[in-house]
Amino acid sequence: MPAPGDLSEPITRIFRDEYAAVVASLARRFGDLDLAEEAAGEAIVTAMERWPVDGVPPNPGGWLTTTGHRKGIDRIRRESTRDSRHRQAAMTHDDSPPPDTGVVEDDRLRLVFTCCHPALAPSARVALTLRLITGLTVPEIAAAFLVPETTMAQRITRAKAKIKAAKVPYRVPRAEDLPGRTAAVLAVVYLVFNEGYLATAGEESVRDDLCEEAIRLARLLRVLLPRDPEVVGLLALMLLVHARRPARVGADGALVPLDEQDRTLWRRDLVEEGHDLVRACLALNRPGPYQLQAAINAVHTDAATAGETDWSQVAALYGQLAAIDPSPVVALNRAVAVAELHGPEIALDLVDRLDLAAYHPWQATRADLLRRLGRHAEARAAYDAAIALIDNEAERAFLSGRRAGLL
Amino acid sequence: MAQYLLSVHGSVDDPAPDMAEMQPVFEAVERFNDKLRAEGAWVFAGGLHPIEAATTVDAQGDRAVVTDGPYVESKEFLGGFWIIEAADLDAALDWAAQGSRACAGAVEVRPFQED
Repeated sequence: MPAPGDLSEPITRIFRDEYAAVVASLARRFGDLDLAEEAAGEAIVTAMERWPVDGVPPNPGGWLTTTGHRKGIDRIRRESTRDSRHRQAAMTHDDSPPPDTGVVEDDRLRLVFTCCHPALAPSARVALTLRLITGLTVPEIAAAFLVPETTMAQRITRAKAKIKAAKVPYRVPRAEDLPGRTAAVLAVVYLVFNEGYLATAGEESVRDDLCEEAIRLARLLRVLLPRDPEVVGLLALMLLVHARRPARVGADGALVPLDEQDRTLWRRDLVEEGHDLVRACLALNRPGPYQLQAAINAVHTDAATAGETDWSQVAALYGQLAAIDPSPVVALNRAVAVAELHGPEIALDLVDRLDLAAYHPWQATRADLLRRLGRHAEARAAYDAAIALIDNEAERAFLSGRRAGLL
Repeated sequence: MAQYLLSVHGSVDDPAPDMAEMQPVFEAVERFNDKLRAEGAWVFAGGLHPIEAATTVDAQGDRAVVTDGPYVESKEFLGGFWIIEAADLDAALDWAAQGSRACAGAVEVRPFQED
C-alpha cells in the first residue's frame, strides 16, 4: 500500500481495513498476487486523488476493487500477450462452487491459507501474511522484525515466486485438511503477537503495533471461521494478555511481573471481551491449546489481586494442557502454579527435572524459586544464567533488579 | 495442469537392500503407479541403479571429458523419481504423500518450468 501521505485519518483507516479484501478479490480474479498488489496500489493512488475532492464513496471497498480490477486489466493489455498468458497460468483458480463443508468462502481466507501454506518457510509465511492481509508495507515489516528492508523484500519476493512456480493453490483447504492447515495460520498469528509481546531484540521491548495487528487478524479469522474453537481461543488468549499491557512495563522500563502489576490499569474492555470468548469456548466443549491458555489467562484476569488467584484452577488447566501438549515448557508453567499452591520446594523439584537449561524462562523460574527458598548463592547463579540468555532489555532490567535484591 | 518431479533420495550409508525385504515396497510402488495411471496423473517414473553406476560427461570445453562417478560428490543421491501431472501444489503434495508411503522414503516435490 502506498504511503498515506497527508490524507485524513479516516481515509487512511479505510485503505487499511479494506486492503486485504481488495487484494484478495483481485488475486482471485487475476490469479496473480503481484498483479493483484500492483492493481490495488494503483486503485489506492486513484482514491487518494479523487476521494478528498469527490468525497468517500458509499462502498469504498467495492469502489477500490472495481477500480483495481480495471487497473489490472489495463496493465495486462499493456504487457505482451506472452506475458499475460503466463499471468493467466500463474496461479490456480478455484472457481468451482465451494463444497458443502460449512466453511465460509472468503477471498481473504483463501489468501491467508495461501500465505501460510506449509510449502513456504515459516518466516516467509509471517512476512507474506503481514504484507498481504494486514497491508503493512515492506519497510514496516522489516522494521518490525529488525531485518534490513532488502532482506525482507527478498523474502517476500521469493515466497511469491514459489507460490507462482509451484502453483500453491489459492483456496481454502478441503475440510479434512482444514484443522492442520488452520493450525499453521494460527501459529503465524500467534508468532506476530509474541514478537510484539516480547520483542526478541532492539530497544523497544513491547511492540504494540504487532500485538494489535495479530488481534486484528484473529478477529478477521473468527469472522471467517466462526466454528473453529481454537480461533476463538487464540483471540481470547491475545486479548487477555494484551489487556494487561498498560501494567506490564514500569516507569523505569523494566517488566513488571504479573503478581506486582497494578491491576486497576488493566483494560477492562479487553478483559471482558476475553472472558466472554473463553465462556464461548467452554460452551463448544472442544478444548485445544489456545483455548486452555486463554482459560489460564482468564483465571489471572479474574483475580482482583494476585493473592486472590485461583492457583488450583491454573495448575489444573496446565495439567490439561500438558496432556495435549506434553512439552517441557508447559510443564515449567505448571510448576509455577504448583509453587503457589504447594510451595517453592515441590515446584523446584519439578523444574529441576526439565531439560531446559538453554531456555531463559527456565533459568528465571529456577532463580525465583531458589530466591524464595533463601538459597541466595544458587539463585544468583541462576539469575546470571538467565540474564546471559536474554536479548530483551526490559526483561533483563527486571531480572537484574531481582538479582540485586538478593543478600 | 502442471508437471511436478517427485524424487526419492538414497544415501551411500543405506545398507544394501535385501530383495526379500524390498518385495513389499516394490509391490506398494507398483500399486501406486497403477493409481497414478488410472487417475491420469502418470507421465513417467523409474528407479535408478546405485550411484556407483553413474558417469559424468563435461563437454563445455573443446572436447567431452568423461569421468567415473557422480557430478556432485555427496552422501545423498537421486534414487528414483516420478513425473506427474497435477492441478496444483496441494494435489502434487497429496500424490507425494502416497508415493512416500509406498516407497518408504521422503519425497521431494519440484515444479517443472512451463513451455
